[in-house]
Amino acid sequence: MSGGDVTRDGLRGVRPDRDAMTGNLDGERRKPGRRRRGRAEQQMVPDAEFTSYYGRPVIKAPVWEAPDIPGYIFLGGLAGASSMLAAGADLSGRGELAKVCKVASLGAISLSALALVHDLGKPSRFLNMLRTLKVTSPMSVGSWLLAAYGPATGVAALSSVTGFLPPLGAAATAGAAALGGPVAAYTGVLLADTAVPAWHGGYREMPFVFTGSGAAAAGGLALGLADHGIPMRQLGPARAFGVLGAALELVASEAMEKRLGLVAEPYQKGNKGAYYVKAGKALTALGAVGAVASMRAAPLTRAAGAVLFLGSLATKWGIFHAGFASADDPKYTVVPQRDRIERGEQARATAD
Amino acid sequence: MRLSNGETLSQALYGDTDPAGASGYGDHPPRMGFFTDTSVCIGCKACEVACKEWNHVPEDGLLFTGMSYDNTQGLGADTWRHVAFIEQSKPLAGQIAGVQHDSDQLRWLMSSDVCKHCTHAACLDVCPTGSLFRTEFGTVVVQEDICNGCGYCIPACPYGVIDQREGDGRAWKCTMCYDRLQIGQEPACAKTCPTDSIQFGPLDELRDRAQVRLQQLHDAGVVDARLYGEDPHDGVGGDGAFFLLLDEPEVYGLPPDPVVTTRDLPDMWKHAAAAAATLALAAAASFIGGRR
Repeated sequence: MSGGDVTRDGLRGVRPDRDAMTGNLDGERRKPGRRRRGRAEQQMVPDAEFTSYYGRPVIKAPVWEAPDIPGYIFLGGLAGASSMLAAGADLSGRGELAKVCKVASLGAISLSALALVHDLGKPSRFLNMLRTLKVTSPMSVGSWLLAAYGPATGVAALSSVTGFLPPLGAAATAGAAALGGPVAAYTGVLLADTAVPAWHGGYREMPFVFTGSGAAAAGGLALGLADHGIPMRQLGPARAFGVLGAALELVASEAMEKRLGLVAEPYQKGNKGAYYVKAGKALTALGAVGAVASMRAAPLTRAAGAVLFLGSLATKWGIFHAGFASADDPKYTVVPQRDRIERGEQARATAD
Repeated sequence: MRLSNGETLSQALYGDTDPAGASGYGDHPPRMGFFTDTSVCIGCKACEVACKEWNHVPEDGLLFTGMSYDNTQGLGADTWRHVAFIEQSKPLAGQIAGVQHDSDQLRWLMSSDVCKHCTHAACLDVCPTGSLFRTEFGTVVVQEDICNGCGYCIPACPYGVIDQREGDGRAWKCTMCYDRLQIGQEPACAKTCPTDSIQFGPLDELRDRAQVRLQQLHDAGVVDARLYGEDPHDGVGGDGAFFLLLDEPEVYGLPPDPVVTTRDLPDMWKHAAAAAATLALAAAASFIGGRR
């Protein structure tokens, strides 16, 4: 819409439209050539405080909900790492450990798939996940992974429990173990491949936190059944796996928070995610120490296993909620980006 | 890894490119876009209304926010154009030598925000169903009969544009009026804008026009004027909908240096592979070392 009316007295109501000047400049346009020296008048000293639009978040926090999505991530890690324990137990002749781990994998991955479907806005369309395969979508890659991994755990568990078709069971166990690592690790990419500052900024360490945490949960589950399903003498590898996993999780978490700098805050204070993260670290460390110290005592072993398991759970919940806190506060989006600009390191794709 | 059009995955995820061509359209119309010149926006919100009317976008909540004249708050599933109002104690733009500007002077900034239709659109990249797709005009559109409401696109967007519709579960956002574009019409918001603050056209043309306008404002002493999202070498490969702003982007609720999250995806997959391998090593070590 532009222009005005042509009347007997000439044009009326002609507006300046897209050539209009702002504020008091209308009709007082400066002559070209009197322009002040370049952009030198722009603010030279950066604001100490960051600015935002009425404190509103810049990005949208995810619409994912607890317990669905943190549960999905936890159960994926538990299942994947349990499948690895199961394969090792088969190879080393630890029958009960193998059976428990196979059943745990099947149970965990089934529950995690249910959690994922439950969280969909349109659960009736969950099969659309397999409409296409996109390497740029960790959710697509993960869906295909689960589509292959889930049935493998099912066959492995059924064969182990019923004793039917041992060769098929062995193949499925090997397949599930091979896919177990990717199943436990890809959820780190799932969270990191977003604009959520506390997740994206930690993309290098997140998969290690999650695989470590998965091993701690799987080891913890097996230890939790010491002498109640799994004889103590079969538990050596589960103990070692849980302790190694706990160490990996703690080391990777520290590295992640160090890298994040300001954006590590949501993991450390100010929201419920930080409490979960702290609880997760404390429980994981305590569980690992307990697992090492309880070599001969079955009740202590069970307690250490339960603590490891809960530590892994708390870590997943903590990372999930801290991500939301980092999305809801515009500080964590604006300040790191503003800092990049001040340092002259803003995102540039070089022309080639 | 090379894609069918000869690009590597990294090239496909970052940098300047023709998005429609890269998505497989051989012979396609020029890339269309919006140039929103906020220096002539009068905050009338006709764009918000026209968008709702044309696209049958439902009501998005009626509340008083106290945020100047902005009760719309921000873009979302049911708000595809959003007019921001900012009241500042700054002299009116255009500082003329010898004129005393009172420090308590008020200036109003108004800006009609919209989906940026990024060259590298994170929402589209991460969509697992293929519901989000690239049109022949280079824009990004959700196919509502495919979307299963997984919600992945929502935190992926560096601008916080796309969102889930309550009671519906699916993700919705601006389509740049794909239906109107297909019959040679301009989008409803641009059509209705009374000051031509929202300009629609081939992106190349808009970028040229924006440079001319920027120069015009700078020559007039409006030193705060700057373009936002017009640079094809920025973190999202340039926006299909870009802006002329009169203050820092974050004042308008825009990220100052947005980057498409999938730029780092190849590196993410590498780290995940390393983490999976580490887990396998830990398992092997547990059985070798933990014989008891």
